[in-house]
Amino acid sequence: MSLLSAQGITAFYGPSQALFGVDIEVGEGEVVALMGRNGMGKSTTIKVICRMLPEASGHVTFDSQDMAGVPSHRAAQAGIGLVPEGRRCFAPLTVEENLISAARPGAWDIAQVTRLFPQLAARMDQRAASLSGGEQQMLAIGRALMTNPRLLILDEATEGLAPVVRQEIWAAIGELKADAGLSILVVDKSLRELASVADRAVILERGKSVWTGKFETLDAEISHRFLGV
Amino acid sequence: MTRERLVNAVILLGLLGTALGAWAMDAPYTITLATKVAILALAGVGLNIALGLGGLVSLGHAVFFGIGGYAMGILASHAQSYSPILTTPFVIEGTKSMPVIWLVAILASALAGLVIGALSLRTSGVYFIMITLAFGQMFFYFAISWPAYGGEDGLSIYVRNGFPGLNTLDPIQFFLICFVLLALGLGLTARLARSAFGLALTSARQNAARVQAVGISPYRLRLVAFMLSGMVTGLAGALYADLNRFVSPTMFSWQTSGEIMVFIILGGVGRLFGPVVGAAVFIVLEHVLGGLSEYWHIYLGALLLLVVLFARGGIIGLVAGREVAHD
Repeated sequence: MSLLSAQGITAFYGPSQALFGVDIEVGEGEVVALMGRNGMGKSTTIKVICRMLPEASGHVTFDSQDMAGVPSHRAAQAGIGLVPEGRRCFAPLTVEENLISAARPGAWDIAQVTRLFPQLAARMDQRAASLSGGEQQMLAIGRALMTNPRLLILDEATEGLAPVVRQEIWAAIGELKADAGLSILVVDKSLRELASVADRAVILERGKSVWTGKFETLDAEISHRFLGV
Repeated sequence: MTRERLVNAVILLGLLGTALGAWAMDAPYTITLATKVAILALAGVGLNIALGLGGLVSLGHAVFFGIGGYAMGILASHAQSYSPILTTPFVIEGTKSMPVIWLVAILASALAGLVIGALSLRTSGVYFIMITLAFGQMFFYFAISWPAYGGEDGLSIYVRNGFPGLNTLDPIQFFLICFVLLALGLGLTARLARSAFGLALTSARQNAARVQAVGISPYRLRLVAFMLSGMVTGLAGALYADLNRFVSPTMFSWQTSGEIMVFIILGGVGRLFGPVVGAAVFIVLEHVLGGLSEYWHIYLGALLLLVVLFARGGIIGLVAGREVAHD
């Protein structure tokens, strides 16, 4: 039984249809890569899963719970932790305040987050707005972990970061999979890094899921055809 | 200690020092002015929870100020006339006890905050402002057309209500009661701002969707903040009525809501001591300029314009620099 199951998702932005039928399954402790070229509907799919796009249809269940009509804060309470695209930390709050504001009961606390991202420990009293891009990304992941999710969704978590910082983020994602056994849905374009953590992949093309399979079976032909690499 | 904390300490000690100095020099009118500052500042501290932390521009906070005032007026007038407020299905007597009156004022304000907040927080922006204003006017006209409690003429209370162990008719003792309550209100706000609730409320003001993404309902956050805000302003209303020994529908008027908001804007929106500075400036201007001209509000308006245009953090921001509320 999958932790997350999304079947036949369609979504609209006003009169404009963005998704035409997306199917995704994420199992317990599984890392699934959601891939596709720009504008294919990856972020929209995530919005639908997180219940942030009301004009959507299809069948989404999380932990056997039907998510239809569930408000987005209830989805987060149910255990879906989102690291949004562009980091979006609470800029005027300090690092510690960002983490406290999202805290929910569970294994993840500030000590655990700083163990995963030691850089944050030295920045606790610093405002989020004054952090580097990499540190903001670590904070965004840490904030999502503070909600003690069962499924962590990372939307373009390494985009725009320096190579060395990207490596740190990928190492942290690997650690979350290996040590915490967290289910992760990750949106990214870095095939090489995804290969090191992802169990399976789902590829979107023009708002539809067109390929699903084990990551190691993602060959050059499919990559070239759907991802342009 | 940050610069703002130092400025805050100076302001608090300045208010206390003014009252004690006036007491030493036997100047009861000055003590009354300081008491008025403390009470109006407390009303502003209440609104600052909704406005400063939550970004809720409520133009109907006089509702809570008036509810507090009328809670005092109704309870005290019945105690004064030895007539019960209610006889069936059970007897409710009036009271001259300040703590009981405060409790009633706080609970009644909380209930009003729950109802008004639950309805008005479904909207935002200018609609929220208009709905809160409409609620304010509704209470105002209700008070005008309520002859049992004075209607348009208001309600006079002959003797100030009592507080165990204190002589509340002594201006300095009544000031100290108000000062302690103001300090408690400020302490509550500071604690609230640093709590997970306050941080989430501040974050929801910035971006509600992001707060939802971490499992928090902005609507509930704001509703609780609106209620807390109303409770503090309601307590201030009860004290204000006791200060004047008089309540009238004016306490519910939109002008009163506007004045409470002016305290905050003058002092600094979201700044812990903004309402204290704003109320003090307002009372000083009213006292000094009001003696020179009945059109003293023109000068207040000019000052407000200057603050809005050139000091976004209000007077506190001008003195202590730009710092966020939770500092």
